[in-house]
Amino acid sequence: MRLGDMPTDKLSTGVRDSGGTFAGKARSGIARRASDQLRAYKAHKELILILLPGLIVFLVFAYGPMYGLVIAFKDYRVVDGIWGSKWVGLENFRYLFDSPEFLNAFKNDLIFVVLKYLFEFPAPIVLALLLNELRFLLFKRVFQTVSYLPHFFSWVVMASILFMFLASDGGLNQFLGAIGIHTDNSWLLDPGKFKGIVVIGSIWKSVGWGSIIYLAALSAIDPGLYEAAAVDGAGRWHRVRHITLPSIMPVVIIMLLLSIGQFLSVGFDEIYNLMTPTTEPTGDIIATYTLRRLFGLDYSVGAASGLFTSAIGLTMVVISNRIVKWYDSDQGLW
Amino acid sequence: MIGRRNKGELLFDIFNVLFLISLGLVTLYPFVYNLSISLSTPGEANQLGLHIFPHQPTLDSYGKVARSPDILLYYWNTIKLTVIGTIVNIALLSSVAYPLSRRTFPHRKFLTFLLVFSMLFSGGLIPTYLIVKNLHLLNTIWALILPVAVSAFNVIILRNFYQSIPQELIDSAKVDGASELRILVRIVMPLSVPALAVIALWSAVGYWNTWFSALIYIKDASKQVLQVFLRQTVITQDNSFIGNMLSTQHQIVVTPETLKAATILFVMFPILLMYPFVQRYFVKGVMLGSIKG
Repeated sequence: MRLGDMPTDKLSTGVRDSGGTFAGKARSGIARRASDQLRAYKAHKELILILLPGLIVFLVFAYGPMYGLVIAFKDYRVVDGIWGSKWVGLENFRYLFDSPEFLNAFKNDLIFVVLKYLFEFPAPIVLALLLNELRFLLFKRVFQTVSYLPHFFSWVVMASILFMFLASDGGLNQFLGAIGIHTDNSWLLDPGKFKGIVVIGSIWKSVGWGSIIYLAALSAIDPGLYEAAAVDGAGRWHRVRHITLPSIMPVVIIMLLLSIGQFLSVGFDEIYNLMTPTTEPTGDIIATYTLRRLFGLDYSVGAASGLFTSAIGLTMVVISNRIVKWYDSDQGLW
Repeated sequence: MIGRRNKGELLFDIFNVLFLISLGLVTLYPFVYNLSISLSTPGEANQLGLHIFPHQPTLDSYGKVARSPDILLYYWNTIKLTVIGTIVNIALLSSVAYPLSRRTFPHRKFLTFLLVFSMLFSGGLIPTYLIVKNLHLLNTIWALILPVAVSAFNVIILRNFYQSIPQELIDSAKVDGASELRILVRIVMPLSVPALAVIALWSAVGYWNTWFSALIYIKDASKQVLQVFLRQTVITQDNSFIGNMLSTQHQIVVTPETLKAATILFVMFPILLMYPFVQRYFVKGVMLGSIKG
């Protein structure tokens, strides 16, 4: 065989890149990628400029603190700054897990999580199911509009209303008195009742708004399915169990996954605003514990408890997403 | 819903309506109680009873609250925060969402990943506080605006919306010599008014309801916002605030209860006012959010 017999395409074009010549082949690999990259930057230079301010603000406030998390492993002193402060490894975490205050907060947190998932998570679903059965559209619409309203006020407003309502001479006791139950309980000062009040109050504020997304899912169900079921003699309960619930399962799961990320910070707003010194032992959660570290200038420990919260939240989301995907790979957050 | 109308189903329907009505009433009662107290004379406020509406309504408490010099200051601070915050928010969100919506934008996937990841994991309270402090933003309005200005969730929603704007439209504008900035402001944003309106409304409500960041970042009472004032008036009962309202400049005697109730209504007022009009935009916004990519 002679050189001339070899197929020429392999020699002359090499890699089809800029230039299309032998010299072009030499510029493949990293150098080419770099110059392509630069060209992309130049082509989008205006967009890059537009992106920059917002991106910087985002990076500073979303990722900057992640960098600052390192003080959870240090003994942070303001005068030494982040870098100058002494490294103490897991000392802060050891402190946390030895601290009765933190452990109490952790315990309360877990109890609140259980309560929330038992009561507050299903509440909007149940409400949506009930609203869905209404035939009077006007009533349904009015009810919905009213039920959304508490969602737009801050927990400061809601807690203020509750403090007035649940005072010993407040609305609730007045109402109870009017129907014959005489009490002058100071509901919000009773540690034993605190968790219940927080959960009920939380449902009060969020159930209406929360039901929107489930109602939307419910209205997307093909009415033909119900008709067919009715023809087959299926009663209402039967229809709910076999058509309605399975149809909204994907939405329920997504909402569940989205809420799991907030696993240990559930309810901070309501708990902090409803808490009083007498109810602090039963109401304290890790987030309020961390806030006290801030006010007490105990930055390293506060960073450690914050890191603990975020890490658990992330782990829970990843695990839950895995579980959901294992069950049905089309669902899940990603 | 379609179904056979037998006795069982009718019974259910009746109970359903009754149940929902009672639920609605129970939900409303604390608000009604609050309104009633705010309109009551001190004597009537202290009486036992249901307090649905006072027999002798009076606007004394509202007058007292309105005349207190502090509340106007806090109202003004909060309005400032809401307006500036919403404008900054929309501007920054758009400026991040638009480039990311262009398919050829460099590092698009990586940047999007950064956004999503920030929704799953955060540095936490203390590190964020330290950043604000080190940037010398403590005690300024920017500490209340910037840390929440570029929320990943909203960027993604807006990005998805912008993605639906056809590249051809943009390319033809470029052919006519428009700069990207001009395209964003004159073409893309006007086309996205539905999404922008919802985000702006949410943003405004959020800034109006600011309480936590003001609590930790604002030290001067003169810069404080309405929600913190409310917190201290009703919840922690820091009487240095109420003290101003109880000054005897006018011979009106109001007990703190009626004052507190009136203050709460004062703070609730703007939202109550605009709620009926903009309520449906918020509901639509939930739909927008559920289309996230």
